Parts: sequence; structure tokens; C-alpha cells
Amino acid sequence: MRHHIGEQTIRFESRPAITAVASVVGPKEGEGPLGQLFDKVEPDMMAGTQSWEKAESDFARQGIDLAVKRAGLEIKDIQYILAGDLLNQSIGSTFGVRSFERPFFGLFGACSTIGEALALGAMLVDGECADNVAISASSHFCAAERTFRFPLELGVQRPLTSSWTVTGDGCMVISSEGEGPGITAATAGKIIDMGIRDANNMGAAMAPAAADVLVRHFQDLKITPDYYDAIATGDLGRYGLEILKRLMEERELPLGDRATDCGVMIFDNETQDTHAGGSGPACSAVTFASYFYPRLKEGVIRRMLFIPTGALMNSMTSQQGESIPAIAHAIAIESQ
Amino acid sequence: MESSEKAKKQYQDMVEIYSPKSKIATDCLRAFLCGGAVCAFGQFLSNTYLSYTGSKETAGALTAVTLIFLTVLFTGLGVFDKFGKLAGAGSFVPITGFANAMSSPAIEFKREGLVMGIGAKMFTVAGPVIVYGCLASMVVGLFYYFLK
Repeated sequence: MRHHIGEQTIRFESRPAITAVASVVGPKEGEGPLGQLFDKVEPDMMAGTQSWEKAESDFARQGIDLAVKRAGLEIKDIQYILAGDLLNQSIGSTFGVRSFERPFFGLFGACSTIGEALALGAMLVDGECADNVAISASSHFCAAERTFRFPLELGVQRPLTSSWTVTGDGCMVISSEGEGPGITAATAGKIIDMGIRDANNMGAAMAPAAADVLVRHFQDLKITPDYYDAIATGDLGRYGLEILKRLMEERELPLGDRATDCGVMIFDNETQDTHAGGSGPACSAVTFASYFYPRLKEGVIRRMLFIPTGALMNSMTSQQGESIPAIAHAIAIESQ
Repeated sequence: MESSEKAKKQYQDMVEIYSPKSKIATDCLRAFLCGGAVCAFGQFLSNTYLSYTGSKETAGALTAVTLIFLTVLFTGLGVFDKFGKLAGAGSFVPITGFANAMSSPAIEFKREGLVMGIGAKMFTVAGPVIVYGCLASMVVGLFYYFLK
């Protein structure tokens, strides 16, 4: 355990670099505050296919294709693809990746998938098992609604604490050589369940998992939140972020203004009626790729802690009255 | 993170403070006005049909058919869910709510085919209404039979 520090953290001495990123999103994301920053905004929710599931797979295919090209590589230069999504048996990823014919590891961490992928991808590269790894996380609003909730055209009201699944795919290429912000450390999260049962309040279910991994990260590396210029959680939403800030204050590690949440950034609730904010594996992946990555690359943000968060339930466990287990992974990324 | 029952309870109490609540009074008023408007429109249809046909029974059937047709049409056009968001429980006025509950999954699961898609999934939302509606009418029927 040469690289293992403290209880749950790995320090990557070789600083695997994120050499390229890509973000492909749907129309609503394109109309949001980050609209101009995405690489591709698909105007059609079906993306020219016959189903939402196919559209999601196509987003994943496009994202990986674009990121690999941007890294100056060909798909055959990628030793492993790590990808995940929200659909049953991760078909959003597998159907998208199949045409690449590259070794593939399917991941499931719900909305925390890109954090899991960053940690594992950095381990593969730092451990000299791969030179180049492509990671991707996707989701699709319509496909997720029918998997987890109601038909789109059913006239029901959404609770104020509910979130809006982001349509799109965020992809990154992690390489042993090449220019780009480096992954310096990763703290893998534990499953935390504080007994929240409301599947329409996932921010509240996930905030304790984020707090737990943050405390562990700071303790393991013997640093405090002010080490980072930016601390961004995945999809806690407006209310979840407030809860997290309060939890961290109680633990005497206040996050202050450097804390934000990708779910809060990606939509404008006033004009887009998204309630608590964005969610889904693509939420943190595309927000990182479009907003944070260029800033890390330019050095506007020098050190960032990225904490994708995931709620690990399905519609059956919710119907059976189970509480919601949650997870979060903390990934430290620093400019060159 | 401490996860004793006491810590969980404390956390859940804190979540209550941070989570916004629906505005019950406004929601009730909107449901009343919108649901009432649908009913008033139904009454208008019923009166109109009655004046043409002279039969209360025919007028009632025609009113139901018209309301169902309009709901399914607006569901297909993607308008009914917006009305549902505004009206809340007001959009559940039996016949329109039911028609929307049947037609929205039919549209949604079109891709899975006529049998396992539309045929099977059409009842995912409305099915329980049918089951418990039948059960309730049986219970009421039994009471009526013995107590008459």
C-alpha cells in the first residue's frame, strides 16, 4: 500500500493528467447558465435515434469519441474505457461503447459514477497498468424519468426538493503523459445512510456521504478546506448543499464560499423550473468538463476538490419503504 | 459520520428545516379553481348536449366522451402535464385524470411494442384505480344488499 494514506485516501505520485475532456448535452442544458461552455448541444432529446435509451448511448459514444480525438489519440490507444450510467444493466454506457471494441469496465455509482471513474482511472494509470484511459458518465432525463418515476406526460406536480436529471455525457481522457490538470489524490467514500426515505429529496440523502468523505479526505491528507480554491459536489442541489455546509461547520471544517454544487450551477431554477437543481451521472461530469476543466487548465483554479455524489437506491427499494444509502468520492485535481 | 438512531433522528430533524414545503393553501385554492373549471366546462357540455338530444343519459355519455377525447388529445400534444402542474389535485377530477393516466404511459412505452409496451404499460398508473375501484364498489354493493 505504497500510495495509500490514512484510512481511505490514495496519493498519486505520478499525477495522472486529464489531457482532454468532452461534454455533450441535451437542449435544456444548452439553455442553462453553462450552455455556451458545452462542446455539443443536441437540439433533439432523441438525438436522431428512435428511443431515449439509444440517444443516451449515442451521447456516450460521441463524448468518448470527441475526448479521445482531442487528446490527440486514436481509440486503439485507449487501454481501458470505464463508464457508467443510471439505466438498468448500464445499457446507456455499454450500448454506446460497443462500437469502439476496446476493453471495458462498467461502473455503477449512480450520480457519483464520474468520481468512481476518476479514482479508478487514476489508479490504472498511476499503477502503470495503462497509458491512456477514457472515462465517461451519462444520463438522460426522459430515460431516467420512466425508469424511476412517472410517464413524462402524466399531469403530476414535482416536489420542491426534487431534482432534474441532466441529459448528456461527460468524458475525460486520463494519461500518463501529456498536458493537463493532474489527479493528485482520491478519497473513496463509504456508503452512508442517515435514514432519509424520500426519493424526491436526494440532496438530503447524499449530503452526509459528502460530509463523511470530505472529513476523511482532510484528515487523511492533514489539510483543511482552504487548501482548495474550489470544492464542488456533484448533485446535492440547493438544499443539499446548504445541509452539507452546515454539517461541515458542525465538524469545524467550514467550506465557505469556495463550496459549490454542479447541480446548482447547471440549471437556472428561476427560468428553467428545475426545483432543487440538476442530478444524474452526467450532471457532475459535464459541469466539470465544461466549467471547471478549462479553469484548471488556465490556472484560474489551481487546486480543486471534486466530490461527485450518488444515491444508491432504485424505485423498488423506495416502494418497499427502504431508506436511501448514499456515496461520494473526493477527487483532488491540481493545475500543472 | 455517526449513524446511531439518535444521530439519524437529529439529522432528519435538521433536513426538515432545510427542505422547503409546498404552499398548501395556494395549492388547494388552485386545485379548487382548476378542478372546478373542468367540472363547469363538463356541465356546460352536458347542458348543450341535453338541449340537442333531449336525453339526460345520452348527454352524460357524450360529455364523458368529449372530456376523455380532449384530455387524450392534450396529453398527446404535451399540454396536459403543464395543466397538471398548475392544477395539482384539480387535474385529477375523475374522468380527465384517468384518461391522462391511461394515455401518458401508452405514449411513453410505444417503443416497447403494441403488446408488452402499450398494452401492458397502459395500466401502470391507472391499474390500481381500477383494482381498488372495483373492490370498493363490491364492498359498498354488499352493504347496500344487506342493509337495504
